[in-house]
Amino acid sequence: MDEAGMRLDGNAIGGLLQELFVREMTVAEGTCAHCGHVGAVGAVHVYMQAPGVVVRCPACEQVLMRIVRGRDRYYLDLTGIRCLEFSEPS
Amino acid sequence: MARAAVLGRLTWRLAEVREVLPETPRVSSLELQVPDWPGHAAGQHLDVRLTAADGYQAQRSYSIASAPDGETVTITVERLEDGEVSPYLVGELRAGDQLELRGPIGGYFVWEVATGGPLLLVAGGSGVVPLMAMTRVLAAAPSGVKARLLYSSRSFEDVIFREELDRLAGLGKGLHVFHTLTRSQPAAWKGYARRLDREMMREVAWPADQRPLAYICGPTAFVESAAGLLVELGYEAARIKTERFGPTGG
Repeated sequence: MDEAGMRLDGNAIGGLLQELFVREMTVAEGTCAHCGHVGAVGAVHVYMQAPGVVVRCPACEQVLMRIVRGRDRYYLDLTGIRCLEFSEPS
Repeated sequence: MARAAVLGRLTWRLAEVREVLPETPRVSSLELQVPDWPGHAAGQHLDVRLTAADGYQAQRSYSIASAPDGETVTITVERLEDGEVSPYLVGELRAGDQLELRGPIGGYFVWEVATGGPLLLVAGGSGVVPLMAMTRVLAAAPSGVKARLLYSSRSFEDVIFREELDRLAGLGKGLHVFHTLTRSQPAAWKGYARRLDREMMREVAWPADQRPLAYICGPTAFVESAAGLLVELGYEAARIKTERFGPTGG
């Protein structure tokens, strides 16, 4: 299957992101460091075939995040996200 | 959403299978009793984890099909023959068995009565599951929100929740259901009989000037095609929510 057919979206990593951030993150808004697109984390493109998770911008397909889980640790690369905005707990 | 659903550590819980309900030859609903379940919203999913005797673990996400109902949660699962998890859930699992899960998960692909409408729900195959939770919430409360569901299945036998959808559409609470059967149709079939296309979407979708809210769930290609058609019809991109499920599931 081609890469486009393997594409998932931010909903698929809702559980993983909640492990990392200890809160619901798919409604958070991310800004792409490459093209400036702003959108919900739930709407990003996600590829899970690699040893880790690769998250790409739905507008320009540049990498936003990479998440790798090793033996008892996480490796989180957020280089492609300029800003992540979410509400304060009420 | 409630604070409890937004903030918090996900913990694995041991649920008990109350009932296994066959829906189609390849799909079953699992009614689960989950101790201390914090409640959920329509559209959310949960993660299921299976652990083998040697410690190997496999984890998959499944959409919740039921409207919020205390500690009772129903997931509806399609059996994928080469899958690691679904052949166990649909085929091996019996009432009384235990299952490890965590959730509810997600906040983006979620609909609650306060979110409003009109709603356009577009489902491909088992992508109907989270949308079914939305129609069940809709049918349970007099919200005044109107909804249309466009649901693509391969054949009549593959239509999940067929009888319940007929019943809910007959309640006169503003739900209309449109089926399309892409591979085979029974004699005297009155619904659509082809893959989703521009003409079908134009006939079923609310006009864009009503500012509808669209939820699309299904295989990746189906979801992206449906979303593209809605953008062509003038829907606002921010009011089209999508959930793709891929070939790596199971």
